[in-house]
Parts: sequence; structure tokens; C-alpha cells
Amino acid sequence: MDEALVRSLTPSVLGILVRRGADFAAAEDAVQDALVEAVRTWPADPPRDPKGWLVAVAWRRFLDATRADTARRRREDSLDGEPAPGPAPGVDDTLQLYFLCAHPSLTPSSAVALTLRAVGGLTTGQIARAYLVPEATMAQRISRAKRTVSGVRFDRPGDVATVLRVLYLVFNEGYSGDVDLAAEAIRLTRQLAAAIDHPEPAGLLALMLLHHARRAARTAPDGSLVPLAEQDRGRWDTGAIAEGVAILQAALARDRLGEFQAQAAIAALHADAPTAEETDWVQVVEWYDELVRLTGSPVVRLNRAVAVGEADGPRAGLAALAALDDSLPRYAAVAAHLHERDGDLATAARLYVEAAHKAPNLAERAHLTRQAARLNGRSGR
Amino acid sequence: MAKYLLLKHYRGAPAAVNDVPMEQWTPEEVSAHVRYMREFAARLEATGEFVDGQALAPEGTFVRYDGEGRPPVTDGPFAETKDLIAGWMVIDVDSYERAVELAGELSAAPGAGGKPIHEWLELRPFYAAPPTITE
Repeated sequence: MDEALVRSLTPSVLGILVRRGADFAAAEDAVQDALVEAVRTWPADPPRDPKGWLVAVAWRRFLDATRADTARRRREDSLDGEPAPGPAPGVDDTLQLYFLCAHPSLTPSSAVALTLRAVGGLTTGQIARAYLVPEATMAQRISRAKRTVSGVRFDRPGDVATVLRVLYLVFNEGYSGDVDLAAEAIRLTRQLAAAIDHPEPAGLLALMLLHHARRAARTAPDGSLVPLAEQDRGRWDTGAIAEGVAILQAALARDRLGEFQAQAAIAALHADAPTAEETDWVQVVEWYDELVRLTGSPVVRLNRAVAVGEADGPRAGLAALAALDDSLPRYAAVAAHLHERDGDLATAARLYVEAAHKAPNLAERAHLTRQAARLNGRSGR
Repeated sequence: MAKYLLLKHYRGAPAAVNDVPMEQWTPEEVSAHVRYMREFAARLEATGEFVDGQALAPEGTFVRYDGEGRPPVTDGPFAETKDLIAGWMVIDVDSYERAVELAGELSAAPGAGGKPIHEWLELRPFYAAPPTITE
């Protein structure tokens, strides 16, 4: 059985059931039942129309479950009044699921889990392994999320920004199961960008592709982090970069700038430079100015200070930094880098140590500790 | 979506407000305490925030490498050890604020007189995986 095919069909099958009037939680259960049935019977008896097969079986399961529940008699009556299902563009049904799974009533982790399950077609076990939690925990998270959105009707388009934030969260998660969450986020964002007439999903897709293109060069064979300036650019995926840049240019041409397009533009400027030294830092700063305007985010201002340091020299970078709150994540790391470039090695070493203590992950801590060790003159000797 | 370790200490943490040693509680008070802990874990399982949890025996041994071909050196247990961990629970929550809220609830486990112990719990974040986007 073609697992990728089944996974790609799952959301539209679910979407069709929900559009026919099925309650989301009940529809999800019915689709899971149909998938189990498919695993059992397809190898011996493959259907000619897999999607039609899944819809038919899932719908029957849903009706059976609804009928079995006598307390829901009234709902059953109202279902009989629903129009007969006809062919519908599958993509619209899937789109509704994106909005439902990113519903504002869900917490971020619930929205992510539900999206991976309902839109991505992943199993609960796969999602649990990716997030390093027990399967029972993830099952509870998903069933609570299903209950939360169970009464929500699909009558108005949701907030695209919320959907994009959920996909961005998926992309930014480290992965540890048998599913590559970054690749999964790209697949889902690609689907969304094709289905929705808005430049920001395209901007997010471009951003993901541009970062994913550098993935092989981001870590050394021993797992340690390789900073952007030291990456072997020959290992970047030029196909993904070209695709990301093309998608970004088409999005920018529509003249409705959003934060993901601006972030993608910065990523594209890095990807475009043949060497780190040839990076167009002046343009990078200009895009950060746009991002500050769009988001007002202190983290963006911090990144902007790094770019200013490259474009106008470390003193200018330190001046930009001085206006920011030193409790920001990675503030000490940025300050250390700028002081080192300014020649104040003692201050830089002290700040690298401070940054290492505050690092949010082991790879970063090790990297920052090595920076401090290098300045303290003991590295490699 | 961040994991935290909740550490419960036998000693080493600042004194609890309701600081009566467990062996001086009534059997009913002990049962109530144990039930509270179990129900707390069950509740977190239901919210999808529970990862793992275990209680640790007080006895521990220090072990050290003692050179090629030699057995490791062991020492202890050290009765005078200042800090003793009684148990731990790992939670996976949406925010630091939620982690603090849960630790606060756990600290309210009933002790002597059926009143909350108000014990100090140590809350430590796990290192996360490096994000896909850092630059």
C-alpha cells in the first residue's frame, strides 16, 4: 500500500465528511477507521479510486457510529436532510481543515498536533515520537483538541496568519521520530500556498525552502552547529534555493508585503551570496527595517543589530544593540560577536560565556563555549 | 511545547511552610498526599502535558572512573549530602508560565493536618533541539 498516497488523501477525505455535515471529532474517528480498513484490504484488493473508496467507507462508518448512538437520533434526522454528496474540488475541503486545526481556541501545541494528524495524515504514534512524548500523552492532546473544535462550523474563512504560525511552528521544531517535521511543514505549506490566493503562504513556503536548502551545511558530521558565515556553500541545495527565490519574487510582485515575505527576502539575500563576505548587508538591513515596521518584535531588532554591524561596522551594531533590553534571548551572543569584531576580546570572551549559560539548546551552548575558549587562547592547542 | 523537569527534594530545598516530616503525619494524611500526587499526574496525562515521572529512593552512591583496567571507585552514601532528590516529573507544556502554574499546584499537595505542604519544587527547563531557523 502506498503510504504517501494515503497520507495525502486523508485530509480531503476528512474535509468531505465535515462538509457533508459530520461533526469534526466523529469524522476524524471514522476516517481513522477507514484507514485501518484500507491497510487490511488494499494489499489483496486495491481499489480503482482510492479516494472514493476512503470517502465511501469513512462515511459509512460515520453513519454507523451516529446511528448506534440513540441519544443522537435527532442529529441523524438532520443528517438525512443534508444534500447528497457530489464531486467537489478536494483542495477546498483541505483548506477548511487548515483553518479548523489552527483555530484560536486551541493552544499552540494542540493546534500543531491536530494539524499534523488531520491535515498531514500522520499517525498519533509518529507525532508523539517527533515530539518525544508518550503516545498516550499525544493521543490525549489530539482528542482534547478535537473536542475543542468539535462544535465549530465551517462558515467563514479563518485567519490565515494563525494557520501560517502553526506551520511555522512545525517547521521550526527539531525532529526525532521517523517523520521529518521540516519536510512535512514544507509539504503542507506548499498545499496551502497552492490553495489560497494570498502572498504570505507563498512567502512562508519560500522562507522554509531557503532555510531547508542550507540544512546539510548547518551541522558538522559530529553534530555541532556551523554558523552561516562558515558553511560550505557548495553543500547548499541550489534547486531548493532557486525555487524559493522564484516563489518569493512572484509573491513580492503582488505588493502585499508580510513578515514571512520579508524574512524570506533576508534568507534569499544570504542564499544569493557566493561567499559570506559578498552578502549584501545593506539590503539585509533594509529588509530588517521592513520587518521591524511589520512586527515591532524585539527579536527582530536584535537580528537587525547584527546586520547593522556587518553593514556599517561593529560600533554601529553596538549602538543599535544599546537601545535593546539585555534580557532578550541571544542578546549576550550578539553582543559578544560585535565586541569581538570591535577588537575588545576580553569583553567578548566574557559575553560568550554568559551567552553559553543562557543557550536554549546544547548545540548552541557548545558553539558559544568554543567561541569563549578560542578567545581565551586554549582552543586547538 | 517546552519540556520541564519538576524536582522534588528530600532535603536541600528551602524549608516548606507546613514543614512536618512525613513520618509524623497520620496514615490518612499520608494516603491523601499520595492520592493527590497520583491524581495530579493523571490530570496531566489527560491534558496531554505528562511525559514521565518517578520517585527516587534516598540512598545513592557516587561512582568514579579509577583508571584503565581498574574497577570504578564507589563512595557513599553520604548522609551529610545537602541535596537529596526525592523524585521527578517531566512535563511538556506550552509556556514557562504554565510550568510554574503546575509546579505551584504540585507544591500544594496536602501534608500534616490535611493542609498544603507549600514545599519548594525545583523547575528546570530541558534543552530543546536547535530550531530549523536560527540565522
